[in-house]
Amino acid sequence: MSTDNLPKKMDRRRLIKNGMQLTLGLSLVSIAGWSAFKSTSDRLVWQLDPFKCVQCGRCAKECVMTPSAVKCVHAFNLCGYCDLCGGYLKPDPNARTTAAENQLCPTAAIKRKYIEDPYFEYEIDEALCIGCAKCVAGCTSFGNGSLHLQVRHDRCKNCNECAIARVCPAEAFQRVPISSPYLIKGGFTKGKNG
Amino acid sequence: MRGLGKYLYQSESIVKLLKRFGFLLMMLFVTAQSFALDAQQRFPKPEFATGYAQPATTSPSPRFLLLEYLDIFVLLAALSVVTWFVLKKRSRKGVFWTSVFSLLYFGFYREGCICSIGAIQNMVLGVVDNTYKIPLTAFVFFLLPLVFSLFFGRTFCAGVCPLGAIQDIIVIKPIELPKWLQKVLGLIPYLYLGLAVLFVATKSEFIICRYDPFVGLFRFDAPFHMMMLGILFLATGLFVARPYCRFFCPYGVLLGWMSRFSSNHMTITPAACIQCKLCANSCPFGAINEPVVETGKRHSNVNRMITYFILLPLWTGIGGLAGSMVHVPLSHYNKTVYLAEQLIEHPELKDDQKNIDIRTFLTSGKTTTQLIAEADAIRHQFYIGGWLLGGFMGFVIGTGLIRLSAFRRRDDWETDKTNCLSCARCMEFCPVKRDEDGKITINER
Ligand code: SF4
Ligand code: SF4
Ligand code: SF4
Ligand code: SF4
Repeated sequence: MSTDNLPKKMDRRRLIKNGMQLTLGLSLVSIAGWSAFKSTSDRLVWQLDPFKCVQCGRCAKECVMTPSAVKCVHAFNLCGYCDLCGGYLKPDPNARTTAAENQLCPTAAIKRKYIEDPYFEYEIDEALCIGCAKCVAGCTSFGNGSLHLQVRHDRCKNCNECAIARVCPAEAFQRVPISSPYLIKGGFTKGKNG
Repeated sequence: MRGLGKYLYQSESIVKLLKRFGFLLMMLFVTAQSFALDAQQRFPKPEFATGYAQPATTSPSPRFLLLEYLDIFVLLAALSVVTWFVLKKRSRKGVFWTSVFSLLYFGFYREGCICSIGAIQNMVLGVVDNTYKIPLTAFVFFLLPLVFSLFFGRTFCAGVCPLGAIQDIIVIKPIELPKWLQKVLGLIPYLYLGLAVLFVATKSEFIICRYDPFVGLFRFDAPFHMMMLGILFLATGLFVARPYCRFFCPYGVLLGWMSRFSSNHMTITPAACIQCKLCANSCPFGAINEPVVETGKRHSNVNRMITYFILLPLWTGIGGLAGSMVHVPLSHYNKTVYLAEQLIEHPELKDDQKNIDIRTFLTSGKTTTQLIAEADAIRHQFYIGGWLLGGFMGFVIGTGLIRLSAFRRRDDWETDKTNCLSCARCMEFCPVKRDEDGKITINER
């Protein structure tokens, strides 16, 4: 090979390189153009649909956070303020007291407050709740279903794919727009549907 | 008149209410029937005699949307700064401090999410799922580093990627792996990329996020095995520099393609190479190519290359076949397929009270036939995907062979643009220096 055709070879190499750069550049531009149609400036966050949830208990275990970013919330409007609360007390309580061994919640995260005879208010201490859904199961099967789980966005890392969504047997998790990030039960008041 | 006003007022508030709870209301109507059956308002809310004020159900807001745009801004700024440090200032120190900043911001403050590597999956999901809208942040995080890479090389890897940064600052005593081993391990990212795309395309899962080894370290919180994986990567990284980047990162594949044809990639020397060989061992990532002259007979070299070209379709075909053969085990990782299989192979599980997935399925109202049809469709996607993935791997191996046999005369010590992470270490070893006003000096040692 003589040295004088070297520059020509270099030229060819440069040509291929520039051509490839152009091709790749154009494909990036077309990806950008396509994504502009497909994208949303609204961000998506994870939320679970309480009506699909089957209270399997995975929310407590599978979240990347410990304790889980899923917590129990209380839709007070739906609550019957019962003394004998299916979410608060174990199915077979010794006595209707606040003693820990009578409580369904493993972390005693539900605060029971006397309002007036015979009504009690139940409020969740989210710092204690681990999202195990035991109370939700109790409330849903024996009560009004006012206790239910929600992803709490002050704790949730908003993982690209929610680790719970992947294993939720009920496919209750979905991406929702950041502008309406909760699916909190509501709409039932006294008299309706009673 | 008053009646009308009241009526208007009421309807307005109903509209407001509808807007607020529109979705919920709709859902309530849909579920009303089943709801009425098993969980109706069994105990109506009492009328309180004492002025009891009912607490509101709180709904703490997610991170402010504007902050997401801040992330985009920081990404652009960090990319620009690090590119400037690499190309204009030729300053390793500058690159280092930018990467420390990125590690703190994208790593520890943003806790490793969103990242460009994972954004691949959002893009693919955008393709396969018509209802999915790609968040602007994911789309920009995917595209911007690639654009930079196409012009300036992988400066993203040098100082912006938090995963790269955490590995880079612990490169203490890098050992050089044999070239063949680097080549073989270098195939893993292609496989990983292909698998990631396959699993998103079949709507199975986001494996890049699930197996991100460092995100747990950024959050100081992860399942035990992921924490161990992260620590293992870091421990390996003390000796084998940036193992995740070189032998796993799927985004690195795309960046490499761009960088390979970049027009302004950094060079080891600011002027002409003086063949001093001082930079020869300076790259901890084995990304410096030595000068080569042609060995052997040119004629036989060309022949070998032509043979490899002809063999390329064969590799692709073999790969595709192999890929299609593993589609069944691959599809197990899809939960619908797995569930259907469990039901077919172990019908007795239907009575297992502890199997949550099967219990939930049985109460869902879906029939087993429907489930099996769904699983079949997904498995078929895996079959097609297996062909494509295998074909892709065969093609990658085939072109790798061509590249190995292709003779490319190289006179100087140069960076391997595909694999160079633009970390700017080698520049410090080059005795040729360019000062502020562009004067070239050679440091004699
Ligand atoms: S994983 Fe799904 S079904 Fe289980 S408790 Fe959470 S939301 Fe409910
Ligand atoms: S029972 Fe479980 S979900 Fe309910 S409040 Fe206690 S920890 Fe939370
Ligand atoms: S998105 Fe992540 S942090 Fe949020 S609930 Fe799911 S796993 Fe937990
Ligand atoms: S190779 Fe991947 S992990 Fe490493 S710095 Fe580049 S994008 Fe980040």
